Amino acid sequence: MGESRQAASAETIAREKGLISRILGGEADLFHELIRPYERMVYSTVFAMVKNEAEAEDGAQDVMISAFQHLKSFRGESKFSTWLVTIAMNEGRKRLRKTKAAGLESLDEAKEEHEGDFTPVALTDWREIPSVALEKKELREKVREAVQELPEIYREVVVLRDLEELNQEETAAALGIAITLVKVRLHRGRMMLQKKLVPYLKTAGTIASAKRGFLGRLLQ
Amino acid sequence: MKLDCKHVWEYISEYIDQQLEPSVLADVENHLENCEVCSAVMDSTRNVLVLTADNRTFELPVGFSERLHRRLREVIGEGAGR
Repeated sequence: MGESRQAASAETIAREKGLISRILGGEADLFHELIRPYERMVYSTVFAMVKNEAEAEDGAQDVMISAFQHLKSFRGESKFSTWLVTIAMNEGRKRLRKTKAAGLESLDEAKEEHEGDFTPVALTDWREIPSVALEKKELREKVREAVQELPEIYREVVVLRDLEELNQEETAAALGIAITLVKVRLHRGRMMLQKKLVPYLKTAGTIASAKRGFLGRLLQ
Repeated sequence: MKLDCKHVWEYISEYIDQQLEPSVLADVENHLENCEVCSAVMDSTRNVLVLTADNRTFELPVGFSERLHRRLREVIGEGAGR
Protein backbone atom coordinates (compact mmCIF):
# COMPACT_ATOMS: atom_id res chain seq x y z
CA MET A 1 0.00 0.00 0.00
CA GLY A 2 2.86 2.33 0.81
CA GLU A 3 4.25 1.97 -2.69
CA SER A 4 0.95 2.58 -4.45
CA ARG A 5 0.38 5.61 -2.23
CA GLN A 6 3.77 6.92 -3.18
CA ALA A 7 3.07 6.33 -6.84
CA ALA A 8 -0.28 8.11 -6.55
CA SER A 9 1.46 10.95 -4.82
CA ALA A 10 4.14 11.21 -7.53
CA GLU A 11 1.39 11.27 -10.12
CA THR A 12 -0.43 14.05 -8.25
CA ILE A 13 2.76 16.09 -7.94
CA ALA A 14 3.44 15.81 -11.67
CA ARG A 15 -0.16 16.68 -12.57
CA GLU A 16 -0.14 19.70 -10.26
CA LYS A 17 3.19 20.88 -11.54
CA GLY A 18 1.74 20.88 -15.03
CA LEU A 19 -1.37 22.77 -13.90
CA ILE A 20 0.70 25.37 -12.05
CA SER A 21 2.90 26.17 -15.03
CA ARG A 22 -0.18 26.51 -17.24
CA ILE A 23 -1.83 28.82 -14.69
CA LEU A 24 1.28 30.95 -14.51
CA GLY A 25 1.42 30.87 -18.28
CA GLY A 26 -1.95 32.60 -18.48
CA GLU A 27 -4.58 29.86 -18.09
CA ALA A 28 -5.65 31.32 -14.75
CA ASP A 29 -9.00 29.53 -14.74
CA LEU A 30 -7.22 26.23 -14.11
CA PHE A 31 -6.61 27.45 -10.57
CA HIS A 32 -10.14 26.28 -9.73
CA GLU A 33 -9.17 22.76 -10.69
CA LEU A 34 -5.85 22.93 -8.84
CA ILE A 35 -7.38 23.75 -5.48
CA ARG A 36 -10.56 21.68 -5.70
CA PRO A 37 -9.10 18.64 -3.86
CA TYR A 38 -7.91 20.84 -0.99
CA GLU A 39 -11.01 22.82 -0.07
CA ARG A 40 -11.76 20.76 3.00
CA MET A 41 -8.13 20.72 4.10
CA VAL A 42 -7.86 24.50 3.99
CA TYR A 43 -11.22 25.06 5.64
CA SER A 44 -10.67 22.56 8.45
CA THR A 45 -7.22 23.92 9.23
CA VAL A 46 -8.53 27.46 9.60
CA PHE A 47 -11.66 26.25 11.42
CA ALA A 48 -9.63 24.25 13.93
CA MET A 49 -7.71 27.41 14.75
CA VAL A 50 -10.45 30.06 14.81
CA LYS A 51 -13.37 27.88 16.02
CA ASN A 52 -15.98 30.02 14.29
CA GLU A 53 -17.58 28.70 11.10
CA ALA A 54 -18.17 32.00 9.34
CA GLU A 55 -14.71 33.27 10.21
CA ALA A 56 -13.20 29.99 9.02
CA GLU A 57 -15.00 30.21 5.69
CA ASP A 58 -13.87 33.78 5.19
CA GLY A 59 -10.33 32.78 6.16
CA ALA A 60 -10.33 29.79 3.82
CA GLN A 61 -11.36 32.02 0.91
CA ASP A 62 -8.56 34.43 1.76
CA VAL A 63 -6.10 31.52 1.81
CA MET A 64 -7.10 30.42 -1.68
CA ILE A 65 -6.90 33.97 -3.02
CA SER A 66 -3.52 34.47 -1.42
CA ALA A 67 -2.34 31.18 -2.92
CA PHE A 68 -3.47 32.36 -6.35
CA GLN A 69 -1.74 35.69 -5.98
CA HIS A 70 1.48 34.12 -4.71
CA LEU A 71 1.52 31.05 -6.88
CA LYS A 72 4.68 32.27 -8.58
CA SER A 73 6.54 31.95 -5.28
CA PHE A 74 5.68 28.24 -5.02
CA ARG A 75 8.98 26.62 -5.89
CA GLY A 76 7.87 23.03 -5.90
CA GLU A 77 10.27 22.11 -3.11
CA SER A 78 7.33 20.88 -1.08
CA LYS A 79 4.06 19.40 -2.26
CA PHE A 80 1.48 21.96 -3.34
CA SER A 81 -0.85 20.69 -0.60
CA THR A 82 1.82 21.29 2.05
CA TRP A 83 2.46 24.79 0.76
CA LEU A 84 -1.28 25.49 0.80
CA VAL A 85 -1.87 24.10 4.29
CA THR A 86 1.01 26.23 5.57
CA ILE A 87 -0.74 29.34 4.25
CA ALA A 88 -3.95 28.09 5.88
CA MET A 89 -2.23 27.56 9.23
CA ASN A 90 -0.75 31.06 9.09
CA GLU A 91 -4.14 32.53 8.25
CA GLY A 92 -5.64 30.66 11.22
CA ARG A 93 -2.90 31.92 13.51
CA LYS A 94 -3.29 35.48 12.28
CA ARG A 95 -7.03 35.48 12.83
CA LEU A 96 -6.66 33.84 16.22
CA ARG A 97 -4.23 36.56 17.30
CA LYS A 98 -6.75 39.19 16.27
CA THR A 99 -9.49 37.50 18.27
CA LYS A 100 -7.21 37.29 21.27
CA ALA A 101 -6.15 40.91 20.93
CA ALA A 102 -9.83 41.87 20.89
CA GLY A 103 -10.19 40.01 24.18
CA LEU A 104 -12.60 37.49 22.73
CA GLU A 105 -10.42 34.56 23.64
CA SER A 106 -8.27 33.95 26.67
CA LEU A 107 -4.53 34.19 26.30
CA ASP A 108 -3.95 30.57 27.11
CA GLU A 109 -0.49 30.38 25.61
CA ALA A 110 0.88 27.07 26.74
CA LYS A 111 4.58 27.25 27.36
CA GLU A 112 6.75 24.27 26.70
CA GLU A 113 7.66 24.06 30.39
CA HIS A 114 3.95 24.29 31.15
CA GLU A 115 3.23 21.97 34.04
CA GLY A 116 0.44 20.21 32.25
CA ASP A 117 -0.94 16.80 32.92
CA PHE A 118 -0.24 14.79 29.84
CA THR A 119 -1.11 11.38 31.17
CA PRO A 120 -3.99 9.59 29.47
CA VAL A 121 -7.07 8.28 31.21
CA ALA A 122 -6.28 4.80 32.44
CA LEU A 123 -9.10 2.43 31.62
CA THR A 124 -9.79 -1.05 32.74
CA ASP A 125 -13.10 -1.73 31.09
CA TRP A 126 -12.50 -0.67 27.52
CA ARG A 127 -14.13 -2.55 24.69
CA GLU A 128 -13.80 -1.93 21.01
CA ILE A 129 -16.27 0.82 20.14
CA PRO A 130 -18.99 -0.37 17.80
CA SER A 131 -18.73 1.45 14.50
CA VAL A 132 -22.34 2.55 14.86
CA ALA A 133 -21.25 4.70 17.80
CA LEU A 134 -18.56 6.36 15.72
CA GLU A 135 -21.25 7.30 13.21
CA LYS A 136 -22.92 9.55 15.76
CA LYS A 137 -22.88 13.21 14.88
CA GLU A 138 -22.72 14.26 18.54
CA LEU A 139 -19.51 12.35 19.03
CA ARG A 140 -17.88 14.00 16.03
CA GLU A 141 -18.91 17.38 17.43
CA LYS A 142 -17.21 16.51 20.71
CA VAL A 143 -14.08 15.54 18.83
CA ARG A 144 -14.08 18.80 16.92
CA GLU A 145 -14.55 20.81 20.10
CA ALA A 146 -11.81 18.89 21.86
CA VAL A 147 -9.36 19.66 19.05
CA GLN A 148 -10.40 23.31 19.01
CA GLU A 149 -9.95 23.61 22.75
CA LEU A 150 -6.38 22.34 22.82
CA PRO A 151 -3.82 25.00 23.77
CA GLU A 152 -2.58 26.57 20.55
CA ILE A 153 0.90 25.03 20.39
CA TYR A 154 -0.54 21.52 20.69
CA ARG A 155 -3.49 22.26 18.45
CA GLU A 156 -1.28 23.36 15.55
CA VAL A 157 0.65 20.11 15.59
CA VAL A 158 -2.41 17.88 16.06
CA VAL A 159 -4.19 19.66 13.20
CA LEU A 160 -1.33 19.19 10.76
CA ARG A 161 -0.41 15.64 11.80
CA ASP A 162 -3.69 14.02 12.77
CA LEU A 163 -6.26 16.05 10.90
CA GLU A 164 -4.45 16.93 7.66
CA GLU A 165 -2.11 13.95 7.91
CA LEU A 166 1.12 15.71 7.05
CA ASN A 167 4.25 13.81 7.97
CA GLN A 168 6.60 14.87 10.72
CA GLU A 169 9.04 16.71 8.45
CA GLU A 170 6.27 18.58 6.64
CA THR A 171 4.69 19.57 9.95
CA ALA A 172 8.01 20.81 11.33
CA ALA A 173 8.62 22.84 8.17
CA ALA A 174 5.09 24.28 8.11
CA LEU A 175 5.34 25.44 11.71
CA GLY A 176 8.99 26.41 11.62
CA ILE A 177 9.89 24.21 14.58
CA ALA A 178 12.22 21.25 15.15
CA ILE A 179 11.04 17.69 14.57
CA THR A 180 11.73 16.80 18.19
CA LEU A 181 9.32 19.56 19.23
CA VAL A 182 6.71 18.25 16.81
CA LYS A 183 6.97 14.85 18.51
CA VAL A 184 6.70 16.22 22.04
CA ARG A 185 3.79 18.50 21.26
CA LEU A 186 1.97 15.83 19.25
CA HIS A 187 2.24 13.34 22.07
CA ARG A 188 0.95 15.83 24.62
CA GLY A 189 -1.85 17.00 22.36
CA ARG A 190 -2.95 13.44 21.69
CA MET A 191 -2.95 12.58 25.38
CA MET A 192 -5.05 15.65 26.13
CA LEU A 193 -7.52 14.57 23.45
CA GLN A 194 -7.67 11.04 24.81
CA LYS A 195 -8.33 12.36 28.30
CA LYS A 196 -11.06 14.70 27.13
CA LEU A 197 -12.81 12.28 24.77
CA VAL A 198 -12.69 8.93 26.50
CA PRO A 199 -15.74 9.68 28.68
CA TYR A 200 -17.80 10.34 25.51
CA LEU A 201 -16.39 7.36 23.67
CA LYS A 202 -17.27 5.14 26.59
CA THR A 203 -20.80 6.52 26.77
CA ALA A 204 -21.24 6.07 23.04
CA GLY A 205 -19.99 2.52 23.31
CA THR A 206 -22.29 1.73 26.22
CA ILE A 207 -25.38 3.11 24.53
CA ALA A 208 -24.71 1.15 21.40
CA SER A 209 -24.04 -2.09 23.20
CA ALA A 210 -27.09 -1.57 25.43
CA LYS A 211 -29.20 -1.20 22.30
CA ARG A 212 -27.65 -4.27 20.84
CA GLY A 213 -28.46 -6.10 24.06
CA PHE A 214 -32.04 -4.97 23.93
CA LEU A 215 -32.39 -5.95 20.33
CA GLY A 216 -30.66 -9.19 21.10
CA ARG A 217 -33.25 -10.01 23.74
CA LEU A 218 -36.09 -9.15 21.37
CA LEU A 219 -34.73 -11.53 18.82
CA GLN A 220 -34.36 -14.36 21.23
CA MET B 1 13.80 -4.31 30.26
CA LYS B 2 10.54 -4.28 32.19
CA LEU B 3 8.51 -1.14 31.64
CA ASP B 4 5.93 0.21 34.03
CA CYS B 5 2.64 1.66 32.78
CA LYS B 6 3.67 5.30 33.05
CA HIS B 7 6.68 4.67 30.86
CA VAL B 8 4.57 2.89 28.30
CA TRP B 9 2.24 5.90 28.12
CA GLU B 10 5.17 8.08 27.16
CA TYR B 11 5.67 5.91 24.11
CA ILE B 12 2.04 5.82 22.92
CA SER B 13 2.37 8.49 20.29
CA GLU B 14 5.56 7.10 18.78
CA TYR B 15 4.13 3.60 18.93
CA ILE B 16 1.09 4.68 16.94
CA ASP B 17 3.35 6.42 14.42
CA GLN B 18 5.56 3.31 14.24
CA GLN B 19 8.64 5.26 15.22
CA LEU B 20 9.92 3.28 18.17
CA GLU B 21 13.38 1.77 18.16
CA PRO B 22 13.16 -2.01 17.76
CA SER B 23 14.43 -2.68 21.30
CA VAL B 24 11.92 -0.30 22.89
CA LEU B 25 9.17 -1.56 20.61
CA ALA B 26 9.67 -5.10 21.85
CA ASP B 27 9.41 -3.96 25.48
CA VAL B 28 6.29 -1.92 24.78
CA GLU B 29 4.62 -4.75 22.90
CA ASN B 30 5.47 -7.17 25.61
CA HIS B 31 3.91 -4.86 28.18
CA LEU B 32 0.80 -4.28 26.06
CA GLU B 33 0.20 -8.00 25.74
CA ASN B 34 0.13 -8.35 29.48
CA CYS B 35 -1.50 -5.13 30.61
CA GLU B 36 -5.19 -4.51 30.05
CA VAL B 37 -4.97 -0.89 31.20
CA CYS B 38 -2.28 0.07 28.75
CA SER B 39 -3.79 -1.77 25.83
CA ALA B 40 -7.09 0.03 26.57
CA VAL B 41 -5.27 3.36 26.65
CA MET B 42 -3.63 2.53 23.34
CA ASP B 43 -6.90 1.46 21.68
CA SER B 44 -8.82 4.46 22.94
CA THR B 45 -6.11 6.83 21.71
CA ARG B 46 -6.20 5.20 18.30
CA ASN B 47 -9.97 5.59 18.19
CA VAL B 48 -9.68 9.26 19.06
CA LEU B 49 -7.22 9.72 16.20
CA VAL B 50 -9.44 7.84 13.76
CA LEU B 51 -12.28 10.20 14.67
CA THR B 52 -10.05 13.26 14.35
CA ALA B 53 -8.99 12.26 10.84
CA ASP B 54 -12.57 11.44 9.81
CA ASN B 55 -13.67 13.80 7.04
CA ARG B 56 -16.99 14.37 8.72
CA THR B 57 -15.47 15.76 11.91
CA PHE B 58 -14.61 19.03 10.22
CA GLU B 59 -17.25 19.08 7.53
CA LEU B 60 -17.50 21.81 4.92
CA PRO B 61 -20.51 24.07 5.38
CA VAL B 62 -23.26 23.70 2.78
CA GLY B 63 -22.54 25.85 -0.26
CA PHE B 64 -18.91 26.45 0.74
CA SER B 65 -17.50 25.37 -2.58
CA GLU B 66 -19.87 27.51 -4.66
CA ARG B 67 -19.13 30.61 -2.61
CA LEU B 68 -15.39 29.98 -2.75
CA HIS B 69 -15.26 29.56 -6.51
CA ARG B 70 -17.52 32.55 -7.06
CA ARG B 71 -15.11 34.73 -5.08
CA LEU B 72 -12.14 33.21 -6.87
CA ARG B 73 -13.71 33.95 -10.24
CA GLU B 74 -13.92 37.60 -9.26
CA VAL B 75 -10.26 37.71 -8.28
CA ILE B 76 -9.07 35.71 -11.29
CA GLY B 77 -11.19 37.87 -13.59
CA GLU B 78 -9.62 41.04 -12.22
CA GLY B 79 -6.17 39.64 -12.81
CA ALA B 80 -6.96 38.77 -16.42
CA GLY B 81 -8.43 42.19 -17.09
CA ARG B 82 -5.32 44.01 -15.93
